[in-house]
Amino acid sequence: MNYEFDFGAVLAFWPLFAEGAWVTLRLTFFATIIGFLFGTLCAIARTSGPTWLQRIVAGYVEAIRNTPLLIQSYFLIFGMASIGLRLPILVGATIALVVNIGAYTTEIMRAGIDSIQPGQLEAAECLGLSRTQVYLHVVLRPAMERVYPSLASQYVLLMLASSILSSVGVEELFGISNRVQSDTFRNFEVFVVLGIVYLALSMLLRAAFWLLNLALFTRRRKLGTPI
Amino acid sequence: MNMQYIGSLLQGLWGTVLLSLLTFLFGGLFGLVIALARISPLRVVACVTQAYIQFMQGLPLLVLMGLCFYGPSLLGMQSVNPLFAATLAMTFYAGAYLGEIWRGCLEAVPKSQWEAAECLGLSRAQRMRMVVLPQGLRLATPPTVGFMVQIVKNTSVASLVVGYTELSYNAKVLNNTTFQPFLYFGLAGLLYFAVCYPLSRQARKLERKLNVSRR
Repeated sequence: MNYEFDFGAVLAFWPLFAEGAWVTLRLTFFATIIGFLFGTLCAIARTSGPTWLQRIVAGYVEAIRNTPLLIQSYFLIFGMASIGLRLPILVGATIALVVNIGAYTTEIMRAGIDSIQPGQLEAAECLGLSRTQVYLHVVLRPAMERVYPSLASQYVLLMLASSILSSVGVEELFGISNRVQSDTFRNFEVFVVLGIVYLALSMLLRAAFWLLNLALFTRRRKLGTPI
Repeated sequence: MNMQYIGSLLQGLWGTVLLSLLTFLFGGLFGLVIALARISPLRVVACVTQAYIQFMQGLPLLVLMGLCFYGPSLLGMQSVNPLFAATLAMTFYAGAYLGEIWRGCLEAVPKSQWEAAECLGLSRAQRMRMVVLPQGLRLATPPTVGFMVQIVKNTSVASLVVGYTELSYNAKVLNNTTFQPFLYFGLAGLLYFAVCYPLSRQARKLERKLNVSRR
């Protein structure tokens, strides 16, 4: 092996990497927030909506979960462009990610909602809570507490998957790799640096979710005890 | 839209299926090694394996594809076959995830089974092969079938860095020539769905069948 590594040439592009990482983080942030709200609404519709709505949501979840994100983003972004709907690329990318992550959130939150015992709902009714109050305090919060680890890892995976959107022209962290490669001809080094930055980003994200967990679920309980 | 375009999509589907099968084969073998190493009594082996899994789960598949595509040329390989590079990357990727899934299944086999096997005087290899693996395998079937869906979906990125021709690549080529994104990406989506949906259904069915507590 007589290859000489040259990280200097690649690292000289660090402002570009930082910019790309920032775009990736922003994209992930918005997709996570909107996707969570959308998925939670879908999960509520899936568990207690009218039958036709339940069917639609189930179809949406199956369609998204059984097709790749790449095809979904091609379909949405090129499709929207072809009917004359020209959104800024970051908006289009966020929409594609929300549509994708919404389906996974629906499925995870549904599992959480299903795990709430009927007795809890009856108790809440007896206390005279309104429907909204029941949903917010008795159903959604404990449900989310229970599925929080799955949600968090799904959103870390979302951040990693956002790299796919480079193929529709988003200049996020992975999207800048082409530019750096063609400027430096140091393909392998570029990917090594990208890998390190992505690892750092996913550690950062995991830490953020861990802190959020501490802040959101202040009630301390032993693992395995029913909520 | 004509027969030639449909043929191109089907050809792409074959590329997808081929890469998925290779990934499942090699990734499965590698995953078994990872799972066994992860529960190894040697602390060093277990720790290194865990670090590997953590590493893989924090990396996008696309970066892995790039490393596997450009990495071999550092070792003096002149040109890297796209299928080879894609399979290599997918094997590393699937090995880590399958390893973690299977570790969970092996650890879910009741401890008393291990102890009973030990009392019978079986060696560790024998305990593994005759007592733990067969029971773990039963538990592992539904999540493994479920993960195959992930494999099929993730092969779609093999065209981006490595340049392997599969379904999403052919669909993109068709879109570039015809400018009918809804039609061709819709058809490609349907083909992916046709492969993945039966697997998802099967995974769910197996899960229900093996879920003793709900029976």
